[in-house]
Amino acid sequence: MNSHEPQPAYREIAWPVRALIYTILAIGALGMIMPFLWMASTACKPPTELNQLPVRWIPENPVCVQNLHELYDLSPNFNRYFVNSALVTVGRTLGQLLMCSLAAYGFARFPFPGRNIVFALCLGLLMIPFQAILIPEYILIRNLGWYNTFYALIIPGTFSAFALFLLRQAFMQIPIEIEEAAIIDGANPLRVLWHVTLPLSKPALAAFAVITVQAAWNDFLYPLVVTNAPSTRVITIGLSLLQGERRTPWNLLMMGSFLATVPMLAMFVLLQRYFIEGVSMSGVKR
Amino acid sequence: MLCVVPPSATGVESCYLIMSSALLRFLGPTPLSRRKALWGIALVAPNTLGLFFFFGIPVLMAFSTSLQEWNAIKPATFIGLDNFTRLADDPTFWNALENTFKLLLMTVPAEIALALGVAILLNQPLAGRSFFRAAYFLPVVTSTVAASVVWTWIFQPRYGIINSTLSLFGVGEIKWLTEPSLALIPVAVVAIWQRVGFDMVLFLAGLQSIPGVLYEAALIDGASTWQRFRHVTLPMLSPTTFLVTVLAVVNAFQIFDQVYIMTLRTVPGGVGGSATTLTYFLYRRAFTNSEFGYASAVALVLFVIILAVTIIQLRTQRYWVYYESEEG
Repeated sequence: MNSHEPQPAYREIAWPVRALIYTILAIGALGMIMPFLWMASTACKPPTELNQLPVRWIPENPVCVQNLHELYDLSPNFNRYFVNSALVTVGRTLGQLLMCSLAAYGFARFPFPGRNIVFALCLGLLMIPFQAILIPEYILIRNLGWYNTFYALIIPGTFSAFALFLLRQAFMQIPIEIEEAAIIDGANPLRVLWHVTLPLSKPALAAFAVITVQAAWNDFLYPLVVTNAPSTRVITIGLSLLQGERRTPWNLLMMGSFLATVPMLAMFVLLQRYFIEGVSMSGVKR
Repeated sequence: MLCVVPPSATGVESCYLIMSSALLRFLGPTPLSRRKALWGIALVAPNTLGLFFFFGIPVLMAFSTSLQEWNAIKPATFIGLDNFTRLADDPTFWNALENTFKLLLMTVPAEIALALGVAILLNQPLAGRSFFRAAYFLPVVTSTVAASVVWTWIFQPRYGIINSTLSLFGVGEIKWLTEPSLALIPVAVVAIWQRVGFDMVLFLAGLQSIPGVLYEAALIDGASTWQRFRHVTLPMLSPTTFLVTVLAVVNAFQIFDQVYIMTLRTVPGGVGGSATTLTYFLYRRAFTNSEFGYASAVALVLFVIILAVTIIQLRTQRYWVYYESEEG
């Protein structure tokens, strides 16, 4: 992404073409946003308005707060799930930042015998789809006595070959002379990492952190496999349980979906740039 | 650098000296390189050991479990390749495999075409580009579970907005999720909707990295808009297109959440398994039926298929992917 200048050949667009482009883009964007609008609309409808035809986009008698209360009557642990998800998300993200930046720094700057082989083996794990090791992972968690614990939800998630790879790329782009200056001043590698390398990699760390937060918050299959008790249930599982109850009315389901979505939406609105950087980083710098 | 063991040393001492000299030789010739190596090992150890323990060991276990008959009741017994021969004769497995490939064909071309189209339009000098980019990216950050719940309501047979809109045009009630021939459509729609923004961002980054000089040159040569697209944009973008395709294919093979959520209210996995994907099949076999050995065989098949498809893609890239220099 070296040039943010519009490309010269495209600089002039005739207005009918521009109008056409805007129309296409707007229709597409509406299609992308429509489910969110429909979710918000339904989340505030009383049951009587759910089954109206033609459908009503703006509720006639909005009952947002009442629906929220009803959701909590139906699923009293919803707050608990929320807190659990937050714990898991923070734990995994901080853990990954710590473990993976240490390892990435080691791989980037400290030659040791067998380094390339170990690094290649770590990257080899990226090739393996998570579903392929789901069952042995479950067995391992059971054998450790971690079933239904936060250890299971957090600890395996703090080790990541992907983050290792990304952070190593970021660290290697920092000129080694800057670090050498600190070393000559007598700093040990941990101090150099903390005071020089990490501050210089802030954008990469931020991009990587938001991607990790998002992945951890939205994770479903793994928590589904290693937990089944309300005490360690995360929000995605809590939501799926609501959906499993056939009698759960749609307005409450939409309220639940809304609650599960809002933290990520808020974070996205605030930190949009980092999300988008994170994605393009994960792809292009390969 | 050989370490000489003094003749006076006892057995234990000489053993220790030999080992420590071997360690020193392993770490490097100079004190500095030794120190660096020790730091390197110390820094790398926590994450590497964690990866090995939580991902490496399970990979090895996956092979052994697939050769066992193992359920929650009886202890595991070695049965060789029986799980695989059983898979070959299992119509529900073939159905899941077929559904997975169908989903792949439904989602990957559609999402790539849409993402490329949007990225090209968004690469123009237009006002409100960042708004549009955010709008298309929004589904990427939402959880597949919440998205699938919302889309289930959208596809609801009578009061969902799709059918209620279609009914304005006189179309009767379509049972999206319970009619076996249609059940994959909602699953594919959610998958595409959630993925377009992701692919679009990669395409945008790719488009931005095409040097403007190439377009100027093409313009001087009198190339039309279409010719510029065909002979500059497409070849220059092909490494990105390749990457997006590989990621999209791997992602399509792993579709699970959508199937799980969207069929939960009616018949899990779809009527007659009509929405069952390989991952969903694996999950059900292991965690509903407690057939861990059999499910591990499915996991291995899934892995081999993904690997094979990726290798085929890597092999065929030289026919259509253009790398400008060694940079790529």
